Amino acid sequence: MSDLPPQFQHWFAQKGWSIHPHQQDMLNRSSAPALLLIAPTGGGKTLAGFLPTLTDLATSDHTGMHTLYVSPLKALAADIKRNLRTPVDEMGLNIRIEDRTGDTPNFHKKRQRADPPHILLTTPESLALLTSYEDAARTFAGLKRIVIDEIHALAESKRGDQLMLALARLEAICPGLKRVGLSATVDKPEDIATFLACNPNPCEIIQADPGPDPDIAMLTTSEAPPWSGGGAAYAIPAVLEQVKKHKTTLIFHNTRAQAEIFFHNLWLANDEGLPIGIHHGSLDRAQRTKVEAAMVRGDLRAIVCTGSLDLGIDWGDVDLVIQIGAPKNVKRLVQRIGRANHRYNAPSKALLVPANRFEVIECVAALQAVQEHDLDGETQGAGPLDVLCQHILLRAASGPFMADDLYAEMTTAGAYADLTRADFDTCLEFCATGGYALRAYDQWQRLMQRPDGQWQLRDPRTAAKLRMNAGTIQDSDLLKVRMRRSRGGKPLGEIEESFAASLTPGDTFLIGGKIVKYEGLREMTVEVSRDKGRKPKVATFSGTKFSTSTQLSQRILKLFQKEDWPELPRHTAEWLHLHKSLSRLPEPGRLLIESFPHDNRHHICVYGFAGRNAQQTLGLLLTKRMEDMGLAPMGFVATDYATLIWGLDAVTDPTPLFDKDSLHHGLDSWLAGNALMKRTFRGAATIAGLIERNHMGQRKSGRQATFSSDILYDTLLKYDPDHLMMKITRQEAMRGLVDFARIDEMLDRVQDRIDLVQLDRVPPLAAPLFLEVGKVAVSGSAEERLLAEEEAALMTAAGLST
Amino acid sequence: MKGVEFSLAGAQLTALGSGALWWRDKSLLCVSDLHLGKSERILRKGGSHLPPYDTQDTLIRLEQDLQRTNAQTVVCLGDSFDDLDVLGSLPEAANDWIHQLQAGRRWVWIEGNHDPGPIELPGSHLAELPHPPLTFRHIAESGKSGEISGHYHPKVRVQTRLRGISRPAFLFDSDRVILPAYGTYTGGLRSTDKAFVNLMRPEAKAIITGQTPRIVPMPRREN
Repeated sequence: MSDLPPQFQHWFAQKGWSIHPHQQDMLNRSSAPALLLIAPTGGGKTLAGFLPTLTDLATSDHTGMHTLYVSPLKALAADIKRNLRTPVDEMGLNIRIEDRTGDTPNFHKKRQRADPPHILLTTPESLALLTSYEDAARTFAGLKRIVIDEIHALAESKRGDQLMLALARLEAICPGLKRVGLSATVDKPEDIATFLACNPNPCEIIQADPGPDPDIAMLTTSEAPPWSGGGAAYAIPAVLEQVKKHKTTLIFHNTRAQAEIFFHNLWLANDEGLPIGIHHGSLDRAQRTKVEAAMVRGDLRAIVCTGSLDLGIDWGDVDLVIQIGAPKNVKRLVQRIGRANHRYNAPSKALLVPANRFEVIECVAALQAVQEHDLDGETQGAGPLDVLCQHILLRAASGPFMADDLYAEMTTAGAYADLTRADFDTCLEFCATGGYALRAYDQWQRLMQRPDGQWQLRDPRTAAKLRMNAGTIQDSDLLKVRMRRSRGGKPLGEIEESFAASLTPGDTFLIGGKIVKYEGLREMTVEVSRDKGRKPKVATFSGTKFSTSTQLSQRILKLFQKEDWPELPRHTAEWLHLHKSLSRLPEPGRLLIESFPHDNRHHICVYGFAGRNAQQTLGLLLTKRMEDMGLAPMGFVATDYATLIWGLDAVTDPTPLFDKDSLHHGLDSWLAGNALMKRTFRGAATIAGLIERNHMGQRKSGRQATFSSDILYDTLLKYDPDHLMMKITRQEAMRGLVDFARIDEMLDRVQDRIDLVQLDRVPPLAAPLFLEVGKVAVSGSAEERLLAEEEAALMTAAGLST
Repeated sequence: MKGVEFSLAGAQLTALGSGALWWRDKSLLCVSDLHLGKSERILRKGGSHLPPYDTQDTLIRLEQDLQRTNAQTVVCLGDSFDDLDVLGSLPEAANDWIHQLQAGRRWVWIEGNHDPGPIELPGSHLAELPHPPLTFRHIAESGKSGEISGHYHPKVRVQTRLRGISRPAFLFDSDRVILPAYGTYTGGLRSTDKAFVNLMRPEAKAIITGQTPRIVPMPRREN
């Protein structure tokens, strides 16, 4: 048992606090090479992570950097700085604490490299950059501990892989560095421990008391939710009622566009003028900071937000969390619920608001999962190679290296523990020459081997360019939005370039809760003016669209098997009963397909329950199979639970459609020319440094980048299909946007248990799919047949024959 | 190869689904608006670095049409190159490829507005090619007959019972045929445009390119 130094004991006593058992545990085991703390929100997690640092700095003389703190959010780094200052100042400790993020001024950053603070708070991207400078060894000299906050969030993304590679680099600079991970409740702590540890070292896990179960329910409204859509406008009055009843409410949305629309509608109904703010990743930083400050002061009664508030910033007295739209994932829901009531040992209060009729079922399934502590986990695959390539290039920017050393260093990162030397060599070759098909182009000749065997940059000037391309966040291309004025008006936020391209002057859209009028595009900035209207053209900047998790989908299928559904609202239970009486409900372990005519087309509805991305891919593959089989498909649309396909001919035997080998084969050939693949390729190619993100501060227009990356993709596909970037793209396609892994899993689960139900009308469960947006048109034999029909008709009408 | 046959000034012509025109009796294949080197031009104008994929794609399709028809004469109807400077910057592979395609056949480059001068490739360079009863030129001239031209990149939109379909198309009447653009990255002009409505006779027809080319009366107004 390590005792707290006197000034700490005194400080705790003064506050009337006693140290939490897990905080003491962290202190006792502070000499462990790696330590993972799992604690609920409000459990004093951050202090637990920093206590060993503070006591060490208080009791010994340390020059240079002592502890590095990494968080996934810039805002979190700033927030922690504030929170750490309090105990440090109150105990009179002489500790320098600074943050360093993309927002830190340049002169400040330079000074930090030469004269680092005791505690540096940063993000994975800023850390990767720091390690890429020639003087990295000097900056990090003496570093003893690294604390990674919200490590559960980082472990699921490429940002985490990048971070762990940077840690491997730091380990080489400062051997014996202690690693600490702070995580919210997760399904498999061991996975995160492996991710955190310096392989093959072990990582100890400390589990804090999880606290009481949350108080969570579905919001009941007098009006039934609509059949389709994600706005939940019907629930506005009920949500306002809840806001009035609570001190501070967080209203979570799954996408930014939904948050904007909801916020707008909320204000239209906010007759009492309750102070309500909005916070999401597309808003301008100044705006966000303002909202955050108001929140901390307790000035706001409610805040409409997205994932940008998912992570643990301390927002004062939140006593209710409302989730609008189905949560899609139980783990995220639990973490969001944790945002309410930051007092340890008090239950958090949360309400779920389904946005449409199907989401009612999903919400009920999610509630049951939360009550049963049944979190969904997705296993993480091996570390992605595009991130590895970026790391190799950044490593080269910091100075020459031996390939053997770098390989050994990288395999200490858990995600890359199984990296083969052959894969590493391919990545190195790619970084050096661009790969076989691109070796003739100068811009991709970046590394060279010196006579002594070390690798270095061919041209030292590329270092600056490489640093500019660092990072793994693939936000779609965003354009800044400003009020039009003679000299740069007020910045409002960012919108996606594709959305900006769809605007014509005079169009109105929502941003930051304001309706603005599009005036024009100037030097990559969208200029707008204020608009007095009440009805905007919808803001379609999308944010992330999540797929419903496997576990939650299975729960829904199980729910369907019951005789009756007293836990569902009557309108939804009646809908299911009606469907059951006309057709049948989908079952676990079977695949239900309904075939029916509607509006001069034949339709099939495939209830795969594989999540939106996989159902989308299934739509593409099935329409391709149908095309090959002469069934003339014309298009499809997908949701989390089903894919609806329409075409000229009816499907009478679905079994050959779902032949696994043919689907795999279809995937391979379809993947080749597919837009999603091109998007995936573009992301990987940008991370790996094949395509430039920024060019000396000037952002390339997204459309330009799309054009060149699409053509690169086509070229590689034709002349070098085994190119590293193509391999990475195919691997990513199995998850993510294409998510074929879940189709595979569904086929394995179903085997030959495919049920075709033929109907003469639209079945109730399939009806909402007709209202779904995002329909994909398929051109092929259907177009040929339609053209042939039209040709005959037109020529006959003209009195001609062909 | 599927094609639609029609006659112009007594010559029997076939419009191929690829967008090429085949004159069997003279073993002559005519293609228009290849716009080779478009990506290089974008690069020179300060755009992004693009491998010359469009050029390769266009040449692949041309090679397939040459193999199918075994044409003895090829007429490129102008705008074969995106501009005259392109030739110097075409990658060697593309240059070699064009030489290969040219081997053993007569090749005529008609001048277009993008490439209005001599080029450094084998073949004849002509402002226009009279080949009675036909004349090959880049831009149609009103009042002429037996005329084969390109330039406009015509396309046609057909409203079928379930969906509207828009594709590059040949336009022809008793005086002329206008070829669709053969190049990979080229836009198009609808048949309903004033230029076509004024130029083409009321009974003009369109041949829509694609797997099976289809013939329809030329749409003269948006539907």
